[in-house]
Amino acid sequence: MSQKVLDALTATHGAALARTGSAHGDDIAWVRRESLLEVARWLRDDPAMAFDAPVFCTCIDWLDWHPVGRPASEHWSEGKPRFTVCYQLRSVAHRHRVRLEIELPEEDPRLPSLAELWPAFNWQERETFDMYGVRFDGHPDLRRIYMYEEFVGYPLRKDYPKEKRQPLVRRDDLPENPPASTER
Amino acid sequence: MPDTRTLKQLVLGRKDVQDLSDNEQELPPELMTVNMGPSHPAMHGTVRIVLTVDGERVVRGDVQPGYLHRCFEKESEHATYTQVFPYTDRLNYVSPMINNVGWAMVGEKLLGLTGKLPRRTEYIRVIVSEMSRMTDHLTCVGASAMELGAFTPFRYLLKCREWLYELLEKVSGARLTHSYVRIGGVSKDLPSDFHADLTLALDRIEGVLVECEGLLNNNKIFYDRMSGIGVMTREHAIATGCVGPIARACGVDYDVRRDYPYSIYPELEFDVPLGTTGDCLDRYLVRLEEIKQSIRMLRQCLAQIPDGPVMADDHRVALPPKRDTYNTIESMIRHFKHIMDGVRVPPGEAYAFVEGGNGELGFFVVADGTGRPYKAYVRSPSFVHLSTAGDLIRDHLIADVVPIFGMINMIGGECDK
Amino acid sequence: MGVELTTTRVADAAAWAKLFKQSRIDKATNWGRKFSLFTYPFVTACCGMEFMSVAAPKYDIARFGAEFPRFSPRQSDLLMVVGTITEKQGPALKRIFDQMAEPKWVIAFGVCASTGGFYQNYSAMPGCDQVIPVDVYIPGCPPRPEQVLDALILLMERIQAGRGHSQLRTKRDKLAATAAEE
Repeated sequence: MSQKVLDALTATHGAALARTGSAHGDDIAWVRRESLLEVARWLRDDPAMAFDAPVFCTCIDWLDWHPVGRPASEHWSEGKPRFTVCYQLRSVAHRHRVRLEIELPEEDPRLPSLAELWPAFNWQERETFDMYGVRFDGHPDLRRIYMYEEFVGYPLRKDYPKEKRQPLVRRDDLPENPPASTER
Repeated sequence: MPDTRTLKQLVLGRKDVQDLSDNEQELPPELMTVNMGPSHPAMHGTVRIVLTVDGERVVRGDVQPGYLHRCFEKESEHATYTQVFPYTDRLNYVSPMINNVGWAMVGEKLLGLTGKLPRRTEYIRVIVSEMSRMTDHLTCVGASAMELGAFTPFRYLLKCREWLYELLEKVSGARLTHSYVRIGGVSKDLPSDFHADLTLALDRIEGVLVECEGLLNNNKIFYDRMSGIGVMTREHAIATGCVGPIARACGVDYDVRRDYPYSIYPELEFDVPLGTTGDCLDRYLVRLEEIKQSIRMLRQCLAQIPDGPVMADDHRVALPPKRDTYNTIESMIRHFKHIMDGVRVPPGEAYAFVEGGNGELGFFVVADGTGRPYKAYVRSPSFVHLSTAGDLIRDHLIADVVPIFGMINMIGGECDK
Repeated sequence: MGVELTTTRVADAAAWAKLFKQSRIDKATNWGRKFSLFTYPFVTACCGMEFMSVAAPKYDIARFGAEFPRFSPRQSDLLMVVGTITEKQGPALKRIFDQMAEPKWVIAFGVCASTGGFYQNYSAMPGCDQVIPVDVYIPGCPPRPEQVLDALILLMERIQAGRGHSQLRTKRDKLAATAAEE
């Protein structure tokens, strides 16, 4: 759809990109995390790009990634990056969109924050931190947003069981933690 | 916009120390922290705003969502694609059909079925989407008017909403949480007398809208409470990711139905209302005009809708016909696998978005070839809009928080997912 | 604690009968209470839309006297927990319930407030009765307005019979106090 965005990106910041691709109408650029801020700033400020509207920021946890019908080399294994943070951007003037994906290792899930460039990512990065534990360096106010401060763990990671509750308050005659049901 | 004023400037407003009288210099008022929520009088869901106020004036507002976090993403990872439809209903629960359509669209995108659905299906989806958009705007305008003291428009607009709920109940079986759309089509066809019922309802709603406009538009109290309140500039709206009626009220000309058209919207004629000042009054007027544009689109759909099947003729998404399911073993097994395993979507990632009641509602799905999504992220406009609320209420009175918050139309289910 | 289960032991039956015996003044007070319920709609989620429909002209909760919501727990006696309660919301709900004055009743409106509904996960509380005692549960996702009115009538019958949780608690405390004096 907007192949020229990817072409311009490869031309100016080729070294910063691990690879580019296109899927189901979206253009995706895998950016190395060291050069993320530079690439993002160029995407916002360059008049031919003009990505001034942020769309979303989220994270994918590849821990259980065993796709059906794909060779075993594509399945996740130890040593591969566990998290991929995705940023989707849109341009109001030129009507094109791009998705930036940054791969992060499991032992050091940090990357620079884009909240200064696009204020919408302020809360969305807080949500990603809350749910996945990915830290954003330079974020003005990185604290939990959906869960309460006393919550331990990062719930959307694949190794957090869905039904593991950490209740804040219970009736006096009920146990603090009811017996665990099927913890999938 | 980071707030760099000093405490003294915050407390004393824009006056400088030497301009103050002796009294004011000696006794500067202290800031007070007031808690609004999470249980509001406004029936807008549950959000906590910790206000720091100087008398009546809000100095800083710390908005804390998350009191309705119902784990849509985690639940989706454990449910099949079709089982996720009820969860999507409960995202933006005032316009549930639109969420359903969005989820169906992302499944179809991954399966390669976009644009290959029967025409009747597309028309039905647009009809129920526009009806849902109307219920969204009617609820928003009605509830906001009620919070400002105008009880009568609330009753009138809820009466209109009841007519639409009855129709949607005839179509899908439920008044509010329909789960009507499926990947590849819709679950069942429209009832036989739908055209006549919908035409009657639209005529009556137009009459009620005239009454409500007469009550509100030139009402001095309503005007004073809404005009000039919560002003957002166009650049700020774009940079903070605002979409939908809020952005259009600021002058951002973006409507997914027109700019990235999907379904049969290219064949419908409609206008996209734009505001100028970006205050609460503009948001209200934009919403009111959008209800009228939805009525216009619905009339066109009713005139143009063809006959035909309501589900794509693709074995990956359609259940086998019941006659075969009950008589042949192959169809019965296929039916069983379809329900138990889910629609098997090939591995990949896709982002599909629709124009929800609040703007661009998108679903970002990573599929792994099984019948359950690997990841299902909702790009919810309410979450993004709520993040601007803290800036909008600054320097307004506490009483202005009510219209600002009402016109943002934060739906708790969508915001907290 | 829940005590109003039927029992076969004679001594317990006597205590039970004492608990449920109503004087004429009791009956008159309860009649007044049931027809003048001040609701506190603790609205969180989609059931709020059906609550608005119940309050709207077509299904009209006003005919039962429960029309105007009092948005302060100090001024209300019926807490309607409408919608999903999350763990984050638990302390707030408990505080609001504690702030209400006796006699008070609780309706769990919708299946999320009753048992958690189909949200069985780390954030949604499996029913608001994990935190507060509930008198009437309304299943439904969301319940139809007619179901809500049915539940309201059920609650009114319980109020008239003096069998709401808080009424029984008050009665039990009073009986215990008189027994202690004797």
